[in-house]
Amino acid sequence: MNKFISIESIARRYPKAGGGSTTIFENLWFSMNRGEFSAIIGHSGCGKTTVLNILAGLELPDDGLTVVDGHAIEGPSLDRAVIFQSHALLPWRTVLGNVSYAVSSKWRDWSAEKVAAKAMAAIEKVGLKGSEMKKPAELSGGMKQRVGIARALSIDPKILLMDEPFSALDALTRGALQDEVRRICVETGQTAFMITHDVDEAIYLADKIVLMTNGPEAMIAEIVENPLPRDRRRVDLHRSPDYYPLRNHLIDFLVTRSKTFKDEMPEGYDKRHPPIVRPGADNPLTPGETRKVA
Amino acid sequence: MLTSLNARGALLSAVIFTVFLLAWHIGVQGKASVAQMDPEYARLMGVAATQGKSAMPGPLDVGAQIWQHLQEPFYDRGPNDKGVGIQLAYSLGRVLLGYALAVLVALPVGFLIGMSPLMNRALDPFIQVMKPISPLAWMPLALYTIKDSSISAIFVIFICSVWPMMINTAFGVSATRKEWLNVARTLEVRPLRKAFTIILPAAAPTILTGMRISIGIAWLVIVAAEMLVGGTGIGYFVWNEWNNLSITNVIVAILVIGLVGMALDQTLARVARAVTYPE
Ligand SMILES: Nc1ncnc2c1ncn2[C@@H]1O[C@H](COP(=O)(O)OP(=O)(O)OP(=O)(O)O)[C@@H](O)[C@H]1O
Ligand SMILES: [Mg+2]
Repeated sequence: MNKFISIESIARRYPKAGGGSTTIFENLWFSMNRGEFSAIIGHSGCGKTTVLNILAGLELPDDGLTVVDGHAIEGPSLDRAVIFQSHALLPWRTVLGNVSYAVSSKWRDWSAEKVAAKAMAAIEKVGLKGSEMKKPAELSGGMKQRVGIARALSIDPKILLMDEPFSALDALTRGALQDEVRRICVETGQTAFMITHDVDEAIYLADKIVLMTNGPEAMIAEIVENPLPRDRRRVDLHRSPDYYPLRNHLIDFLVTRSKTFKDEMPEGYDKRHPPIVRPGADNPLTPGETRKVA
Repeated sequence: MLTSLNARGALLSAVIFTVFLLAWHIGVQGKASVAQMDPEYARLMGVAATQGKSAMPGPLDVGAQIWQHLQEPFYDRGPNDKGVGIQLAYSLGRVLLGYALAVLVALPVGFLIGMSPLMNRALDPFIQVMKPISPLAWMPLALYTIKDSSISAIFVIFICSVWPMMINTAFGVSATRKEWLNVARTLEVRPLRKAFTIILPAAAPTILTGMRISIGIAWLVIVAAEMLVGGTGIGYFVWNEWNNLSITNVIVAILVIGLVGMALDQTLARVARAVTYPE
């Protein structure tokens, strides 16, 4: 396999209070191609953040390994930028200071002017020009999240990792930021991995949607390929004939199958090769059915 | 509204101060008239008292004395007669030297304790035992080992200011938000740069709180230490003027100690405000 990112049989366990251990997940396999946008959905506590932290190198799996671009992950890297759920800006630095901090961390020998220019470019990209001298405390939630995005983009990462980046925002701001992230990712062919609770966000942004069952011992139930056209727009997603079959499939998974999957595993289910499905107008899946794409 | 509150506060302060001065003035006046009733006794006391007055001085006496000190703050007429400015400079010098040494020790050690749970466990018992020891209890030991009264006083300042700074630094460092550290980790920031660009600014407000506590304690302790070791300093000045029965000068010294202590505290408060970040 020469996939860009390859998660191979990783496991994560925590010791239980009364001895023994709880397995959050084990024997988890998943891979991504270069330039692909993947989203993972699943219920709270199933282990999504854990997977993302392992991809970021902030945590190491108890078993298995993660390979990025031919190298096993041993720790965090400037190649993999993280957009944190809590934006994690440094409150004592300005917007420009926060982004510059990332830029100067990546290019240690750059002059201050070069660093500032690169940081400003990223700030402009997320539409924050004019606010670069403000401190995070003077920004709205959406603006803070934009700074987090600018900081991640400023270091030209090979992979963008996002942990529910928009969940704390109001619907309007969220939509605007989704548009921006989609535009940037499509324009630059950015490889991205995102955790979300929002089905529509996954449909709009992701090429592949990973469905994770409830924990403990969570599994990847299936990988859903997005049938919507690549030049989709958020405002007319629902006009696509594939939209409702896809959405229903995802909602159906979150509502029922995420719980029952473990007991009703489809025949021939293989953790290493979870079924890939492509629900759409020409391929409406009835609940519970996971038809493989040829 | 806020400015008018400030203005009203200042006005009330002035009123309280004036009432206090008046009460003081009148209270002292009463005693003086008692003394006048017995001229024999008054004359006797006048002779017994060495130059200064034995009766409680009034605010006008203190004011006149302050004026005199202001005319000539730095005169030096032998070991027992130096201007209040010189004495103050000696005390400030000792405090700042001992305090600076304490900063040099407390911040790095505090950092170490804050970053390493092992060092925290290992050093905690020592700190817990050392912290409650009155700094003056060290004085005999310091005099015996150092054999220099001035350096002993500096040592006592050092030992009393080091603990609050160390404890606060350790606490501030260990309380650095995990998410900020994760930012540094994902950016592959080197340990030294991380210490100065993430942990230090994150812990700075807590560290400054410790430094403010320390300077307060140091200024309290220097007066007592100088009374003990003698020689120079504002503490010695107070003791010397008490021996001279110059209550006026004692009151002046008390006032000066209060004002300088306030200035030290306000300076650090200003620094603390500068490094505090809103979240
Ligand atoms: N330090 C820890 N000790 C014990 N259990 C932990 C620890 N950290 C996480 N867990 C467990 O690991 C599981 C997965 O956590 P994780 O944060 O990955 O969930 P998540 O899918 O991101 O949830 P959410 O959607 O709520 O963010 C949870 O059930 C949690 O209880
Ligand atoms: Mg999470």
